[in-house]
Amino acid sequence: MADKTLTPAELANIDHKPPETDWMATPFEFKKGTWCYSAKPKSLEYLGMPNAREWSVTDEDWKLPENWKEIIFNGMRERLDKFRSFKVFMDICVRCGACADKCHFFLGSGDPKNMPVLRAELLRAVYRNDFTAAGKIFGKLAGGREMTLDVLKEWFYYFYQCTECRRCSVFCPYGIDTAEITMMARELLHLLGISINWIMEPAANCFRTGNHLGLLPHSFKDTVEFLCDDIEEVTGIKVNPTFNRKGAEVLFITPSADVFADPGIFTFMGYLLLFHHIGLDYTLSTYASEGGNFGLFTSHEMMKRLNSKMYMEAERLGAKWILGGECGHMWRVIHQYMDTMNGPADFLEEPVSPITGTKFENAKSTKMVHITEFTADLIKNNKLKLDPSRNDHRTVTFHDSCNPARAMGLFEEPRYVLNNVCNNFHEMPENTIREQTFCCGSGTGLNTDEYMEMRMRGGFPRANAVKHVHEKHGVDILSCVCAIDRATLLTLMQYWVPAVGVSGVHELVGNALVMEGEKKRTVDLREDDLEGVEEDEGDE
Amino acid sequence: MGVIVSLIAVLVLVIVAYFGVSGAGLQSLFGIVIPYAAVLTFIVFFIARILKWAKSPVPFRIPSTCGQQKSLPWIKNNELESPSGTLGVIGRMALEILFFRSLFRNTKMEYREGQRLVYGSDKWLWVAGLAFHWCFLYIFVRHFRFFTEPIPVILHFMEGMDGLLQIGAPRLYMTDLVFLAAVTYLFIRRVVIPQVRYISLPADYFPLFLILGIGISGVLMRYFFKVDVVGVKELTMGLVNFNPHIPDPEKVKVGSIFYVHLFLVCSLLVYFPFSKLMHLGGVFLSPTRNLANNSRMVRHVNPWNYPVKVHTYEEYEEEFREVMKGVDLPLEKEAAQVPAEKE
Repeated sequence: MADKTLTPAELANIDHKPPETDWMATPFEFKKGTWCYSAKPKSLEYLGMPNAREWSVTDEDWKLPENWKEIIFNGMRERLDKFRSFKVFMDICVRCGACADKCHFFLGSGDPKNMPVLRAELLRAVYRNDFTAAGKIFGKLAGGREMTLDVLKEWFYYFYQCTECRRCSVFCPYGIDTAEITMMARELLHLLGISINWIMEPAANCFRTGNHLGLLPHSFKDTVEFLCDDIEEVTGIKVNPTFNRKGAEVLFITPSADVFADPGIFTFMGYLLLFHHIGLDYTLSTYASEGGNFGLFTSHEMMKRLNSKMYMEAERLGAKWILGGECGHMWRVIHQYMDTMNGPADFLEEPVSPITGTKFENAKSTKMVHITEFTADLIKNNKLKLDPSRNDHRTVTFHDSCNPARAMGLFEEPRYVLNNVCNNFHEMPENTIREQTFCCGSGTGLNTDEYMEMRMRGGFPRANAVKHVHEKHGVDILSCVCAIDRATLLTLMQYWVPAVGVSGVHELVGNALVMEGEKKRTVDLREDDLEGVEEDEGDE
Repeated sequence: MGVIVSLIAVLVLVIVAYFGVSGAGLQSLFGIVIPYAAVLTFIVFFIARILKWAKSPVPFRIPSTCGQQKSLPWIKNNELESPSGTLGVIGRMALEILFFRSLFRNTKMEYREGQRLVYGSDKWLWVAGLAFHWCFLYIFVRHFRFFTEPIPVILHFMEGMDGLLQIGAPRLYMTDLVFLAAVTYLFIRRVVIPQVRYISLPADYFPLFLILGIGISGVLMRYFFKVDVVGVKELTMGLVNFNPHIPDPEKVKVGSIFYVHLFLVCSLLVYFPFSKLMHLGGVFLSPTRNLANNSRMVRHVNPWNYPVKVHTYEEYEEEFREVMKGVDLPLEKEAAQVPAEKE
């Protein structure tokens, strides 16, 4: 949990006024709870990344290569030439301040360098100093700043206080996207071997074993089978997922956290019940057993390397198309990057629902369908037998996860599903949902324990909105379509709004599904009692 | 700091022009050489900047989606906030460029008693920004009466509309008032709002003062000093027809204030391509706005896509074959003889 010395009341004592001193002259400090541990050399070595070494963030000496400045400048030049976004975003900000109070980290910390504009200025000031004529002539007067070790450390500090949620880009009159800038900054830091363990270890695991947790093939299979036993206990139905099966129509890929971590496992049980209910011909893969992609938080290259498994596995197994589970950043990668990076997927077919015959025209090139698109179509075509009253013991709200919201536009599909599987649903205030949704505060690989204070601060705006509907409507379940959310929102709720639990959308689907041949359902997938249902004892 | 430096810089420009003309008699320099040089600089470097941006490719399709995607046929997609094709993108860009759509969304956070974050709509920046840019454009176009002969009907019409209030002589243009008010507001908010002041650089104050200087000198010239418009037009037409000459001071009186106005405009033209003012061109090239949200429908090609080191299934099976066989996972290659007791 969060630093025990900080109670929620203390943490919420936030001052949003900037200090008197100029931001370039205001130093920051590595305060406990606001930065992540450095990556261990083992992970970097496995991935073949530069400057793998033992080092600590609070060390004076970061053990950088002699010519680190040159490496940074060359890296910047290369990226300016490769990404129009980066180049344009370095040049056109007018510092109007519209983004300032849109960042969850600024709202929760009051630190002015968490205003998206200043976060970007950290990079821009160096860019101006060394890459523009005005900066080379006028220096500081033109807003330039010399690249020093302190500046580099400041980059590390603040570009790991951005979750690439893109909320600022919605409000920016030029669409300047801090996510894009943070991605560049992190890529630059990686050139010097500056990275955090909570990202690099999962990335290395994923590269080797196919999933972030480093589950070996047999444990992945065992864990899934264990969940199948749980399903049988609740429903009396034995589901039989297959693994690495050639010839299956659909390859299903979801974040490994769904297989392993509470409460994601209940969402996973929901998927399996759904597939069993409709008789889907699908397989799981142990090789591509991770939907999430910590490469997105590392570099474009790493994103591509980790993502490559999806298409390679679908091709090897001869699947027709790929179905993707509930995950936030996974879906940014699939929706906006996968086809470009690892396509064209001409060995797959345009996705067609085998149950309803619906063609998923929106995925005809990438050939990967989001599970809520798939389920919404099933419900619309009356292919599911649902009893929404089985979720009557819950009052539900929906958290739009950053990436499906602002990098995909997935708004109605999950809501349609939710409205068909539960009776008590309430939206949070409009400035906190849909394209204006707030991050959980722990995205982009920042969901680690040593970073807890910052996580609770970054998640404060989200928690604040949940608290509002909790008090107003009695909301006690925060549903979402993101595996990181399912882990991080739980911690966030325990801190700020302890009475509210977290679930995936398909957990609620799983509760509501009336399975053929099931036993009388008295508990939900979590084995919590259903409302108004008594267990009839001895009455077979 | 930035305020003072920028103010001084603009005042220096004013003084240079004033004394350059009234003191040193450099009418030709300020009326002919500098305007030509400024326009040339503006055009060359504006285009150069755009080309520089355009030279960098757009490797990925990364629109910020602010509305429902196009997915199932019965779910209504938001074509303007999450366009599925070119038409939608044009619509989205038109809204953004003509009406500042994203700025219209602006909210203001208030941190209230009881640790409550509240977000209220805040349209003032949008109103002032829109008023400023539209008036600037209107005034800019209106100025073409100095560069055309005969003056096109549309310009007469624009002047008529603008002077509808019929106050005083010469008639008061509404855009002049709104323009000055909007620029002043943009300056005041920059100084008054603590966060905005904190992020402001000299490069933010300087163009504001410069533009304010242009507005004020223009207003002074038209309403107060009442410079000789015939003389001014003689000069401007000379420039346009590449037959530049300074009107005979014996016949017409073009005051120093005109040269101040002109010099500030020239300064703006020269400063423009090297500054944040290039958002004028940049907004068209912003990849989060000018791309369709259809990357699962239509493959986007990255011109520098390169092969990367991947971990193949074969390598995976090679490493884990034994344990895979142990739990009956299908294999591509049969496992070697596995001793039964091996864990």
